[in-house]
Amino acid sequence: MNTFKGFVIKEFKQIYRDKRTLLVLFGMPVIMMVLFGFAIRNEISDAQIGVLDFSRDDVTQTLTHKLQASKSFTVNAWLESYEEVEDLFRQGNIKEIVVFEQNFAEKLEREGVADIQVITDATDPNLAKLVQAYTGSIVRDYVADLNAENGIEIQQAGLQPEVRMMYNPELRSVNLFVPGLIAIILMLISALMTSISITREKEMGNMEILLVSPLKPYHIIIGKVLPYMVLSIVNVLTILLLARFVFEVPFRGSNLFFFLEAGLFIMTALALGVFISSAANNQQTAMMVSLAGLLLPTVLLSGFIFPVSSMPEVLQWVSHFIPAKWFLVIVRGIMLKGSDLMLVWKETLILGVMTAGFIGLSLKKFNVRLQ
Amino acid sequence: MKTIVHISSVSKNFGKVEALKNISFEVKEGELFGLIGPDGAGKTTLFRIINTLLLPDEGTATVLDHDVEKDYKTIRPLLGYMPGHFSLYQDLTVEENLQFFASVFGTTLEENYELVAPIYSQLEPFKNRLAGALSGGMKQKLALSCALIHKPELLLLDEPTTGVDAVSRKEFWDMLQSLKKEGITIVVSTPYMDEANLCDRVALIQEGEIMQIDEPQRIVNSFEKPLLGVKSPQTYKLLRALQQYKWTDSIHPFGEYMHYTDKRGKPNLVSLKTYLFDQGISDVQIKPVQPNIEDAFMALMHNGLEE
Amino acid sequence: MYDVAIKTEGLTRRFGDFTAVDQISFEVKKGEIFGFLGANGAGKTTAMRMLTGLLMPTEGQAEVAGFDVYKQAESIKKSIGYMSQKFSLYNDLTAEENIRFYGGVYGIGRNELPQKTDEVIDSVGLQSVRKKPVESLPLGWKQKLAFSISILHQPKVVFLDEPTGGVDPVIRRQFWEKIYEIADRGITVFVTTHYMDEAEYCDRVSIMVDGKIEALDTPKGLKQSFSCDSIEEVFIQLARSAERGQG
Repeated sequence: MNTFKGFVIKEFKQIYRDKRTLLVLFGMPVIMMVLFGFAIRNEISDAQIGVLDFSRDDVTQTLTHKLQASKSFTVNAWLESYEEVEDLFRQGNIKEIVVFEQNFAEKLEREGVADIQVITDATDPNLAKLVQAYTGSIVRDYVADLNAENGIEIQQAGLQPEVRMMYNPELRSVNLFVPGLIAIILMLISALMTSISITREKEMGNMEILLVSPLKPYHIIIGKVLPYMVLSIVNVLTILLLARFVFEVPFRGSNLFFFLEAGLFIMTALALGVFISSAANNQQTAMMVSLAGLLLPTVLLSGFIFPVSSMPEVLQWVSHFIPAKWFLVIVRGIMLKGSDLMLVWKETLILGVMTAGFIGLSLKKFNVRLQ
Repeated sequence: MKTIVHISSVSKNFGKVEALKNISFEVKEGELFGLIGPDGAGKTTLFRIINTLLLPDEGTATVLDHDVEKDYKTIRPLLGYMPGHFSLYQDLTVEENLQFFASVFGTTLEENYELVAPIYSQLEPFKNRLAGALSGGMKQKLALSCALIHKPELLLLDEPTTGVDAVSRKEFWDMLQSLKKEGITIVVSTPYMDEANLCDRVALIQEGEIMQIDEPQRIVNSFEKPLLGVKSPQTYKLLRALQQYKWTDSIHPFGEYMHYTDKRGKPNLVSLKTYLFDQGISDVQIKPVQPNIEDAFMALMHNGLEE
Repeated sequence: MYDVAIKTEGLTRRFGDFTAVDQISFEVKKGEIFGFLGANGAGKTTAMRMLTGLLMPTEGQAEVAGFDVYKQAESIKKSIGYMSQKFSLYNDLTAEENIRFYGGVYGIGRNELPQKTDEVIDSVGLQSVRKKPVESLPLGWKQKLAFSISILHQPKVVFLDEPTGGVDPVIRRQFWEKIYEIADRGITVFVTTHYMDEAEYCDRVSIMVDGKIEALDTPKGLKQSFSCDSIEEVFIQLARSAERGQG
């Protein structure tokens, strides 16, 4: 046991001595949080829109006013005809134009149905979609009020009927990014750093001595992995605290359950790191494999940025093999919905099986010999 | 005397490369055994078979009567191993490195201080310095201390003196001599031929084969041809002339004097001098010289090529 | 024409408080093979970097191939060749590609290059493997190739930093044959080595201790004045007195 203790102490010392890496490890989550939280926002505020009102009656004016009053929009252009639409979009400032048909209020009263057309500038499709959704929800609110009064209905052309945005009604992106960030940071520290640290031993020739020493392979693996586990947990805490107190992200689930799930994902990442290092012979390879093989899929295919459901079928299929995808479902569930194990047991089980598989593989690949 | 290492008909291939071809030898207890040969000769592969990190494709190897394949767990703690280009942990101090290797082998610095003391005492003034900031010679001493810390029965040193200056190399070999007196068996490899003389027995290795195993002096004695040293201020012209001389068997630059052997065995000094004079080479001096281990090595290589 | 290939006068380099090279003065004649010895950390590398125009001296004078190290570093770089055991060839390029690459770096014309390439390949005996990545060649061949490349552009002075580490004695001698050959052609050879017996191959040898040149003479002269049988003994006698390099 003393043998193992000595090994772990050495690992901590080495990490502690490498001040630059340490700074990156602790600084990165903070920088990423700030970047994603402040700079890269998905929600819209003060998007400029135009109104083409063929009717100019009470109802259309109330609706225009509601749009204007919302934090999301500023009505900046009043159009006279369809011809102006393209010109406005070309200028680039106006993101959306709302068109009310002729005799809007009259039709609404007589037939119970009136059309609103929403034209968006889809050069930025994400933004266009958001603008559309926001407009939709403002109109629906108004309809709901009207309906409550006299049971009429306004139809919105080109808008899919949508359910209410539950759990994240303001569509705040920071709420979605936090779970994704946790996944990325854990991958980076647990998998990347572990694989680099093990391959470094190989490169320097020290691994040969460790192998011929009484240390058992699992001693070496656990000793290598332990410090990064501690670092990862510290980082998860940092992100959570920042999320709750700086960005006011809701946390509805149980803390303990969250940390258990995070622990499971840390294990997954560590096992992946060990697995990579058993195949790679130098730090460069380990780094490339970790970045290209783990980090990119975690960012792109886990549903962190692009929703899995809107991916081509092949990629959806691939995404099933990405641990972060399952972790994201779990963490979003816990944080935003307050899910417990009953609700995410399937994802947890999948993650658990993956982890066990990787640990098994890396123990098997981690040879007692060089070949 | 006990046999510590027993290698019998061992071959090892890496893909198409035959790293070791049917190698056999023994190392006796308390021996200082040298593996002498250039880079790529197969020395490192041989070390890794002895220390159980690689398995031979053919043949058997035992260390202290334990089989390297079956009993690797028994063998490993008995070994002190210093890999080639071994560089310690640069970001740990001298003392921390030593303590780390002690703890890994389940012992402490204090417990075996006596054994490493003669070496470590030279390092102690710098014990708080990072290993990365040590000079080449000092690093070797620290690495040796680390390999010794658990009192191994067999010390395996893979090119410990490569890239180290002559003074540090001499000190290093002095240390090996005193460890030998402690009864530790040592297998050491080196590309420096002159270090062969410091071993009890050496194996000359070339391209995965052992050309000869013997005491260094006896290897030198096996060089039977009379050897002449030839010198002139016109070094290059002299070399060219001797390479073209019809009776030249071998000619090698050897510093001040070139080493020459004659096809006829016993050279004809007069005709040699006349030939060189005719070639326009001035101030020629010729004297008989004693062969050294390098002469023997090159003669062996030469014979190997002709076979 | 110049007869002095390298000339230094009180050449010094300090790094902060540390004087790596301390007032060294020497001359190397054209076509001479000059052995530059010293223990690890004695200041050899620093001195060599100043002479190859890579590092500015703190004080003192130095001329290489007739050019001043302060003002004409670029001209120096064009008239010298450099080979070291650590840096030599690109392992993932073939022998031919390596030659062409360095030929291009040193401004050898397109018309000349194919012929030069063939010359080098022939002189090292690489005909059968010229299209194979250098990585697969034995160390000795690589080193001979690196050496041939370092003299490809007909430099006036060639610096060899431990050129023969780890190669077998036969290749080592083939290497020295080439050194003798280029010296005979008038190229000056400035060489460092850890093989003390190789010092005896040089025309003159200097031994650096703690940044200073403590001895400089022909191998024979050194052995006589220190009453030793070999350069190794001379070296050990001198280097033992060193105060630094102990840490």
